[in-house]
Amino acid sequence: MKTKIKQINFKFNDKNILKAKFILKKYPKKFSSSALLPLLHLAQDQLDGWLNKPAIEYIAKYLNIPLINVYEVATFYHMFNLEKVGKYCIHVCTTTPCWLKGSDNILRQIEKNFKIKVGNTTKDNQITLKEIECLGACINAPLIKINNNFYENLSSKDVQNLINKIKEEKKIHLTKNNA
Amino acid sequence: MLKNQDYIFRNLNGYNSYKLSDARKRGDWSNTKKIIQKGAEWIIEEIKLSGLRGRGGAGFPTGLKWSFIPKKSDLPKYLIINADESEPGTCKDRDVIRYEAHKLLEGCLLSSFALGVKTCYIYIRGEFYNESKILQAAIDEAYQNKLLGKNACNSSWNLDIFLHRGAGAYIAGEETALLESLEGKKAQPRLKPPYPASTGLYGCPTTVNNVETIAAIPDILKKGAIWFSGIGKPNNTGSKIFCISGHINKPCNVEEELGIPLKELIEKYAGGVVGGWNNLLAVIPGGSSVPLINKKIADSVLMDFDSLEEVNSSLGTAGVIVMNKSTNLLKAIARISRFYKKESCGQCTPCREGAGWMWRVMERFVNGEGTLEEIDTLYDVSKEVEGHTICALGDAAAWPIQGLIRHFRPLIEKKIKENNFKNKVA
Repeated sequence: MKTKIKQINFKFNDKNILKAKFILKKYPKKFSSSALLPLLHLAQDQLDGWLNKPAIEYIAKYLNIPLINVYEVATFYHMFNLEKVGKYCIHVCTTTPCWLKGSDNILRQIEKNFKIKVGNTTKDNQITLKEIECLGACINAPLIKINNNFYENLSSKDVQNLINKIKEEKKIHLTKNNA
Repeated sequence: MLKNQDYIFRNLNGYNSYKLSDARKRGDWSNTKKIIQKGAEWIIEEIKLSGLRGRGGAGFPTGLKWSFIPKKSDLPKYLIINADESEPGTCKDRDVIRYEAHKLLEGCLLSSFALGVKTCYIYIRGEFYNESKILQAAIDEAYQNKLLGKNACNSSWNLDIFLHRGAGAYIAGEETALLESLEGKKAQPRLKPPYPASTGLYGCPTTVNNVETIAAIPDILKKGAIWFSGIGKPNNTGSKIFCISGHINKPCNVEEELGIPLKELIEKYAGGVVGGWNNLLAVIPGGSSVPLINKKIADSVLMDFDSLEEVNSSLGTAGVIVMNKSTNLLKAIARISRFYKKESCGQCTPCREGAGWMWRVMERFVNGEGTLEEIDTLYDVSKEVEGHTICALGDAAAWPIQGLIRHFRPLIEKKIKENNFKNKVA
């Protein structure tokens, strides 16, 4: 229930209010709407990787711009998730340079291991699997991005190691919750 | 071949740190004040003389671009560094930011001074989270050492550099779309004219330059325009970072002079094609947007703007994607078509509808569906998309397909005929 109340009244936490002020300073006062993308990033970080409607409304008010403008920006850019994502958001780059190096296999391997299809989140909200367009590290293909980090030059063994690590951490996390 | 003393990016492989102490050892931030004292006009003339062409893909002469900025204007001017590197096959800017951040910042200061700019934004793509942290750390370091900010480098010039993170849109790399995005809107390209040089960010005169272009500026000014124009070929001067990926033994970023033969580039630096040079099928020489070339052309083509234009391709961003004979070429190009379908901003009808249409037809060809006439239809449609959109994304969606049909039409025909035969037998 607690999370629900938090969702209805979104507010930057104290740390993020300071950060938001710092961000606003970068742009001329007349054009504070420039801070929209950084503020959406900030809100998304605070909400563990996704943006809900209250957050979008809050930012529209914060910057004093029409809600629709914020909403259209949030829907335009790929990096803003308007639906809840798992704790580990796995992006597999499948554009041609990575595809040449076998990114399809990586995708299949992850799908098989976590029993999910591309674009979906596991039921326990731990893993979201997505295809992503070129990540801009083609000489280190194939690569995947988990949350904000790149994992490059992957063999199927490396991928398995990553999968195992995620699974293990998941266990640790679960036991902590149970305790 | 580039001589040892002529390399601009000495830390491209990241053996040393990006930090100021290491950067200083590589010669960054040395003599910056002296160069600024020579004056803004001298800097612009020197860049014009060097023949530096933009490294972001279009290859427009940088000095000329700078000279479009009005000298007398009441409005503030802006310099924007385009680090929204998303072109498939290209990964040079990422390494420049990660390993040569101070070279970029020094370039920002010198360029800003030359253009009369007091505020500079670096627009970095959102996915480069760790890279943006590094760049921000480098900016902070430069501020602490009084290389930026008020009275930067003791030159009595004030410059503020701000980092702005994008949020994952390929189209934001287009210069006017980048301006829209920086103003907090959807990244949809603007109609030109007016050009950014007169009406850019917030309606003020603005220059947008690529990371690699700006990072090359300090070395050109320190070593002289004559040094730079002596490297490479006339009209294609200087050195360039090539990103070589795909079916090669050692994928790498390498700085070489423009006009180096493609074969030499691949064999010498990238460890050769997997399975030997004879196993080569096709090369995309400049990032996914440019038409591919076949092995016969790749045997002898030189890697520079003009030579690649002669063979109906383009240097683009110099992201070389190598494909050997194990590649399903139709699928590779279909994947590129899907990329453009996904990344189209949806503003112009030919691109929004055309990119999706071309992708669906390409997917049919991959499976051998369709008829031989459809190949001509696809070519016609790609010609209709090309040049009929506000920005170059329409062209970029059309060119890979045109290149495929130009060089590998028999491959598509074979696939269709095989499939038709199978269907008949069944």
